[in-house]
Amino acid sequence: MKRSRAPLVVTIAVLIFFYLPILILVINSFNASRFSSTWGGWTLAWYARLWHEGEIWHAMQNSLIIAVSASAVSVVIGTLAAFALHRFDTRLQKTQYLLIYTPLVIPELLMGLSLLLFFVAIGMNLGLLTIFFAHVTFCISYVAMVVLGRLQDFDFSIIEAAQDLGANWWTAAVRVLLPLLAPGIIAGGLLAFTLSIDDFVITFFVAGPGSTTLPIRIYSMIKFGAPPLINALSTILLVVTFLAVWISQHLTEEKR
Amino acid sequence: MKNARSHLNELLVTLPSLLWLAIFFLIPTLIVLAIAFKPTDFYGGVGAGWTLETLRSLGNPNYPAIIWRTILLSIATTIICIVLAVPTGYYIARLGTRWRQIMLLLIIVPFWTSFLIRIYAWKVLLHPDGLIKKFLASLSIVDIHTSLLHNQWAVLLVMVYTFLPFAILPIYAAAEKFDYHLVEAARDLGARQWQGFYKVFLPGIRRGLLTAILVVFIPALGTYLIPDIMGGPDAEMIGNKIAQRVFVDRNLPHASALSALLTLAVFLPMVAVLFLQRKKDGSEPIIKESA
Repeated sequence: MKRSRAPLVVTIAVLIFFYLPILILVINSFNASRFSSTWGGWTLAWYARLWHEGEIWHAMQNSLIIAVSASAVSVVIGTLAAFALHRFDTRLQKTQYLLIYTPLVIPELLMGLSLLLFFVAIGMNLGLLTIFFAHVTFCISYVAMVVLGRLQDFDFSIIEAAQDLGANWWTAAVRVLLPLLAPGIIAGGLLAFTLSIDDFVITFFVAGPGSTTLPIRIYSMIKFGAPPLINALSTILLVVTFLAVWISQHLTEEKR
Repeated sequence: MKNARSHLNELLVTLPSLLWLAIFFLIPTLIVLAIAFKPTDFYGGVGAGWTLETLRSLGNPNYPAIIWRTILLSIATTIICIVLAVPTGYYIARLGTRWRQIMLLLIIVPFWTSFLIRIYAWKVLLHPDGLIKKFLASLSIVDIHTSLLHNQWAVLLVMVYTFLPFAILPIYAAAEKFDYHLVEAARDLGARQWQGFYKVFLPGIRRGLLTAILVVFIPALGTYLIPDIMGGPDAEMIGNKIAQRVFVDRNLPHASALSALLTLAVFLPMVAVLFLQRKKDGSEPIIKESA
């Protein structure tokens, strides 16, 4: 059967569309010229200057604290949720599925505003803690979906075998299920980590004075100048993201 | 006895996420809806008592144009994303395992990459001193004084750029499961190439299409950062108005009223798609494909 060339052409065009802007940004981070359209030769000067920007490092520190803690907590909660969704087929799980699924689709802006109003209503000061709560909230859904995908290929007769051999429910879960699920759980955690460290919209709503994260810092740099520094900073973040995706793909594909 | 224990086990593994999401997702969403009926106090906070005044102020003559623009841009984004995602998803689904995994990785990377950085990359490209502007001007396609930034087209372009991976993933997942013998059978029975595509393939990946429409259109309605960075005053969307009410002229009840409107706009298509998917495919939950 003769196949049309169109899908190939569109796919290549889409990939160029995806990567051209990112590629130019990365190249420009090594551009000695301040202006993106003129090439001034290769340099690492912007990275060196980044090194001396105290505020950026402080923001990076905040981002790391939140990303590590939020992904740790959301991995635990999200994995439990995925397990419940997979194992039980009850009305409770239908409700749970809806609660986990909706945050994935609704605009981030709505989540940001609703959390802001919630924290204002209960009189909580905005800061790192409110950002942490917000990040755990959206990370749970992503972790649950990744782990759920992994659970679908899982053979539960292994658990039953462990129970037949005398393991109780929890021992079976911890000693048998958890190690087998580990790649999926780590992949979910990596996704949570990058989503948390990259999040701007929700963070912007629930951040307070003194809790500037890296994306918030980048946002004000975009609004108020310093392009070469943003290029360098963005490149670093891109490298972190590429690594995380690569590791996570590796983990989730291994078994297939 | 066994039943009661399994019930307890279910509660133990369900409660952490259920409670967390009830407290930090469900209750805050309800608070937004409630505050839409509250008056504004002197400092722009939430006043006492209940009122319809806040909702009435949505009749502000500026809003219909912005709401209309938000809907149009979201529909345009969805259509362009689907048109690009169908051939891409199809192509990737038909590749051999190795290339398919490489391509999938290439599609997933932008999905993980910072939203902010990707918007910024386009701002640099479209900047008056940027490459695209210089290139187009050198071909005399655009005048040297035309700005590529700060207009609706720039916003639309970056919206497509941002949401396209979300459209490709579910369509790919559906195309991968599709039985291509059906298209061959249709061809054998005399269908033309486009008929095989239009009448057999598209209905076959219907679920993936619906999911793709949902995961592009709904977040698109709430877009705020893209017009904020790329657009000027004539490219504002409803999201920008909400953010302005919060950060510029602090008026939380007004922001809530706008958000309540947006929430409604978001839930209508969601319920519609849920209904459409349920009708034909039984009770299998939607969107596993996109995660």
